[in-house]
Amino acid sequence: MSGIRTAGDLVLRMQLAKSMKINDAKKYVADRLGVKPIDLSDSDRMFEIRAEHGLGRPFDLNKSPKGIEAKFNISRILGIKINSVERFRERAGL
Amino acid sequence: MAEYFTRMGDGSGVYMSAEEIKEDILKGVKDAADRGKIPELTEEEMDYLFAIVTMPGNIVGVERGCEVVNTSDSGSCKMTYHANIAMERSMAVMVSEKVLGADSVDIGNMDYSYKAVKQIVHNETPVMELAQLNAVMPVLYGSMPNLGLYTKPDGPVENWSELLPMAKIDEARAAQEEAVEHAVRDIVFVAGEMYEAGADGINLDTCGASGDADFLAGLIAIEKIKEKYPDLGVEMGAAGEFVLGMHGKLEYDGTRIAGLYPHKQVKLAEKAGANIFGAVVNTNTSMSFPWNIARTVTFVKACTEAAEIPVHVNVGMGVGGIPMTEIPPIDVVTRADKSLIEIGKADGL
Repeated sequence: MSGIRTAGDLVLRMQLAKSMKINDAKKYVADRLGVKPIDLSDSDRMFEIRAEHGLGRPFDLNKSPKGIEAKFNISRILGIKINSVERFRERAGL
Repeated sequence: MAEYFTRMGDGSGVYMSAEEIKEDILKGVKDAADRGKIPELTEEEMDYLFAIVTMPGNIVGVERGCEVVNTSDSGSCKMTYHANIAMERSMAVMVSEKVLGADSVDIGNMDYSYKAVKQIVHNETPVMELAQLNAVMPVLYGSMPNLGLYTKPDGPVENWSELLPMAKIDEARAAQEEAVEHAVRDIVFVAGEMYEAGADGINLDTCGASGDADFLAGLIAIEKIKEKYPDLGVEMGAAGEFVLGMHGKLEYDGTRIAGLYPHKQVKLAEKAGANIFGAVVNTNTSMSFPWNIARTVTFVKACTEAAEIPVHVNVGMGVGGIPMTEIPPIDVVTRADKSLIEIGKADGL
């Protein structure tokens, strides 16, 4: 799906976390983002949506969430635990 | 008579007539149905497969909205070890994410086996930790159960490949059963270390490479990983379309493992707790791409219909309809992908 250029990483997270088949995973992610499933593979649409929610993008501007910061937002938006986010919280004493 | 350019299973180019392509598609479908005791593709599906194989254009793509996601097998090693680009592996993760547009990637060691990794895992976890700080996409840790590494002289158990030709069947079976215990211990240990390093998942790749005992080691390891780390994602990738019966009698949850094809392999992966199953169908280098992809799609369709978890079809060199060649030609790679997604209903690649 092109990963963080679109919403491929988010769809894959739902497969890995909840064993969702592709169409179920797309629908879940689309519902959480308030878009249609077909928007998820549109890099132009997702560039704006990812910026709006702070989900990380391939070419991001200054002061925008990157790496682990973006994953905090992804965890909240998708309603799933992300292991690295949990480890970060634990080690940073958050 | 019109001829279409396609390829053989070894990657070499070949021109075939429409009739020859249709005949090979039918033969490939029948071969899979016969071996796997699964339904054949429908006439409509075979017609569509013919259309994909003969479609104009060097590359083809799926219909808009039908895109699927990808996982990898030694994904971050492709740049570092395989292409010999002097690059640290967490950098390869970032290139995969930001430049290549991967949906995920797995970090693996040069010796892509849990037995080898166990001894150096303290140097593997910092790579995962750094990758996790910088990456947005899921990053898994991958390796193979690789049961053969547990045999003497490198490992602790007798070598069943030496025992079997001597007709020492019981001894060969006992050695494999002992190797399973060692492999499970190593896999679960590495998974625990990677969990602490923040990994999104563990990839048990090429399960069954040493036969049914190897496949069993993967299943038992998944069970234990899920008991200890329920939130850690697990992908189980198969080694082949058919689990070799090097032991022959091993069972998992009442099902004999030897001889299982993908649509039955996936059910065991589900029972063990895997989140994603990587189905494999082998390429026959002497047969044409139409034959190979028809056969592959028939197996994959049966697998995805049986599966309750997502199925990511292996589409590397020599599997998934892809020719057995180091540099898979993009014309047949894209045709294989489109066929597997649109007809086989793959959830990922």
